[in-house]
Amino acid sequence: MTVTSSQRSSAALPNAVPRRQGWLGQAWKRQPLGVIASIFILLIFVLGVLAPVIAPFKAGQQDLLVTLNGPSSAHWLGTDALGRDILSRLLYAAVPSLTYALIALAVFLLIGVPLGIVAGYRGGRIDSVISRVAEIAMSIPAVIILLVVLAVFSSSPIAAMITLGVLGSPGLIRVVRGVTLVVREEAYVTAATVAGVKPVNIMATHLVRRALGPILVQASVFVGSALVIQAALAFLGLLSDGDRPTWGGMIGEASQVISLTSWPLVPAGLIIILTVMAFGLVGDAIRDATSDEASPAGRRWRRRRAKTVTPAANQFDLDTKNHLLQVRNLRVSVDDGVTLVDDATFSVAQGEIVAVVGESGCGKSVTALGTLGLLPPGLHVDGGSVIFDGVDLLSRGAEAYAAVRGGGIGYVAQDALGSLDPTHTVEGHLREVILRHEKLSPAKLKQRTHELLQQVQIADPARVLKLYPHEISGGMAQRINIALALAGRPRLIIADEPTTALDVTVQSEILHLLRELQQSTKLSVLIITHNWGVVADMADRAVVMYAGEVVEMGDVYTVFQAPRFPYTAALLAADPSVSPLGKRLETIPGRVPAPGSRPTGCRFAGRCPFATEACLDGPLPLRVVPPGSVTRCIRAEELASEGVLDR
Amino acid sequence: MKDTSYPVLVAENITVRYRKGRQHFTALDNVNVRIPHAATVGLVGESGSGKSTLAKAILGLVPITTGRIELLGQDITHLNGRRRRGLGRSIQAVFQDPNTSLNPSFTVGRSLIEPLKAQNMLGDIDVDARVAEVLTAVGMEPDAASRQPRQFSGGQRQRISIARALITNPQVVVCDEAVSALDLSVQAQVLNLLTDLQRERGLSYLFISHDMSVVKHICHEVTVLYRGTIKESGPTQQITTQPADPYTKALLLAAPIADPVVQRQRQRPTSAVPAPSRTSLIS
Ligand SMILES: Nc1ncnc2c1ncn2[C@@H]1O[C@H](COP(=O)(O)OP(=O)(O)OP(=O)(O)O)[C@@H](O)[C@H]1O
Ligand code: SF4
Ligand SMILES: [Mg+2]
Repeated sequence: MTVTSSQRSSAALPNAVPRRQGWLGQAWKRQPLGVIASIFILLIFVLGVLAPVIAPFKAGQQDLLVTLNGPSSAHWLGTDALGRDILSRLLYAAVPSLTYALIALAVFLLIGVPLGIVAGYRGGRIDSVISRVAEIAMSIPAVIILLVVLAVFSSSPIAAMITLGVLGSPGLIRVVRGVTLVVREEAYVTAATVAGVKPVNIMATHLVRRALGPILVQASVFVGSALVIQAALAFLGLLSDGDRPTWGGMIGEASQVISLTSWPLVPAGLIIILTVMAFGLVGDAIRDATSDEASPAGRRWRRRRAKTVTPAANQFDLDTKNHLLQVRNLRVSVDDGVTLVDDATFSVAQGEIVAVVGESGCGKSVTALGTLGLLPPGLHVDGGSVIFDGVDLLSRGAEAYAAVRGGGIGYVAQDALGSLDPTHTVEGHLREVILRHEKLSPAKLKQRTHELLQQVQIADPARVLKLYPHEISGGMAQRINIALALAGRPRLIIADEPTTALDVTVQSEILHLLRELQQSTKLSVLIITHNWGVVADMADRAVVMYAGEVVEMGDVYTVFQAPRFPYTAALLAADPSVSPLGKRLETIPGRVPAPGSRPTGCRFAGRCPFATEACLDGPLPLRVVPPGSVTRCIRAEELASEGVLDR
Repeated sequence: MKDTSYPVLVAENITVRYRKGRQHFTALDNVNVRIPHAATVGLVGESGSGKSTLAKAILGLVPITTGRIELLGQDITHLNGRRRRGLGRSIQAVFQDPNTSLNPSFTVGRSLIEPLKAQNMLGDIDVDARVAEVLTAVGMEPDAASRQPRQFSGGQRQRISIARALITNPQVVVCDEAVSALDLSVQAQVLNLLTDLQRERGLSYLFISHDMSVVKHICHEVTVLYRGTIKESGPTQQITTQPADPYTKALLLAAPIADPVVQRQRQRPTSAVPAPSRTSLIS
């Protein structure tokens, strides 16, 4: 019974073989050096094992007629002081040299991995004992211990290697504990605990598996150093190996005749250097390979200048000429070609609040960053125009952006606390940004910082100015971010999901603040959100994005009551805040097409209940339909007259 | 109508104190929750109010200082070791973050089988069939079992987490912000799925969320937590239409409604009465 069930369970798992091959191919493409290095190490090992078969001479076979010769046809790598063939000895030495290093590695892993995992996972008393002992062990000079051990165990290389493993393990404990501390907080570890998985099994499966990358990196570095230390000890004559050759021993022998010839040093030294380098390269490759697997969300936004720009023609005629910000046909692509945002077209008038709404990955943030000229490396604008206050920022390039950013346009990012520097006080942040825009005397500067905090309705500026980011709440941090955005007296603020991470009560305060700023100072606001409630609360106009394009925009009341693009209608119907209680929520079948695989026609066609053949016929332009909305749907009027879109 | 049926989980007078160095911090103070059979009890409150602490206390992930928890008539307050692990057959959990809810190095199938293995159920049932069954139940293809988590979207991964929670056929599922990280259309799918599973299998949920509109939609009863104490609890209909506690009122009012006409009428009182957290802005 047990047998059959385990067979069954393994049948549910994928066949590992084809995946491995794919993995190998990929590894070669991404890490050619790592693959070459691994092959090199493998080759050395195999040649070492085959030494008795392939070596031209026996390891100890002397020929006193040819001592200390250079390379010749009989002895490819020459001979040593006793006339032994260097090539053969190198081959015979490979296995013992590597084995010694592997003994050290085994000890290193056997101590470091379990203790690191237990310390990180169990925490508390056990953790402090393990960490304390590791710390002390790291502070003891390793050389002295090694010398003592060698003295006690009459130069036994095995004792030396075991000691080396023990001495190296505290470093590994520290690394593994660090990884474990992070991984143990991940939801699947908690889920496993709840499911009743034994702690031992959690540590042995989930935690070891996740720490594997860092462990392998440490291991490869350690093997390299074990080889070097072994060579150094042998060179100093501290290891006794009897007649068996090792690479380190060969260096030791060569060094004794260095006044006669330096040649015998070369092959042994070279092989050690190459092997150590190979282990280092394998370590690097593992680090690179595992670091992009481990951080799926590790994107970072950094500044980047726009590249080629081709102005595009307007496709529809709404009176947006006087609008403060006009973005037309904005196109943003990854440098290797995939287009993320295709046709972002919208405008914001002076004193207006415009909301951009859409689901995750539809290109809202990329559009905002493209508009601001703040795209991260790897992305660039490759079409369209961004006109702010009559100036085409994209065609004017970096200086135009520099002049406008902060001064004309302020930016508030989603991660309120993350965008503050933990080592600076609130005052430090404000001063820096204010001074970037205007030169003020210290007294004026102080006054301005207070003024900005009052503007974002912080009641006791004097106290708050002294606080560090870790001392303030998320809501407070977002107020500070808004104050920072206001420092350059901008006319427009672009806020990317400014309240998504906040509690609803705090969210409503922040929204209220933005609304009041807009009313009192005629500020324009472009707010990005995925929450229809926020749109309903704030916006004068709504812009709906889907799969990298703007699909609909219009006056906020119209968009909510009479959406003119089926996706808008479907997304509104999925919102539980307005759907009737006790009824099933409307869902949208399928999923948003990924950037590389968007259909040519209507991008919503695959999920649209009203799709026809015509919908897939080439790109659809934005156009105005009654009652004044802009939409991409070619069937908008028809569907509107059937009443299937209205709510 | 649901609260007349028998309770599957009762948490009585739960107090949880954490030690922070020398100081004690009371995360939960005398909290009571009762989950009837085949019903959903919502737990709302802002961050730091103790929602997740209650979930963890019930799941045995944090020690309870005082109080008593009963699952299916059995006192589980101080169970640990093997007997606590055995509860994985009756109670399971789904967590918030779809990015960390599955081990990225395991196939979906391996993640799904884990609870079965832990409960020694591999020999009792046809594992493949069960995996296919739970995947189908959450609206996914059975061949998803052989794929890696990164091949799935956030919503799909969240559905796989639900499938994993269902695989031992538990009576109670604790959902800690289980839909909070999802997009609207995916959230709708998962909410519908939870409702369907409840109808088909008589599941009970403890549904933790900060989103009032979601709670309103899915929960039969609601408990409002504020700084570790219960402000108010009762049938959803009553709490959301006639809240007795000012904090509940503020919470309801703060959640924006997706209708500009309605929402703008609700705005005025918001600006008149400052929300209660104004005083708690600085932590
Ligand atoms: N640096 C990048 N390199 C490659 N692709 C990227 C990069 N940044 C974003 N993308 C892709 O661009 C698309 C749009 O991403 P964007 O961040 O603009 O979405 P969004 O609408 O802001 O979503 P969310 O609501 O999750 O914030 C996504 O498919 C995303 O994966
Ligand atoms: S164009 Fe066609 S497929 Fe696209 S939204 Fe309109 S009806 Fe649907
Ligand atoms: Mg975004």
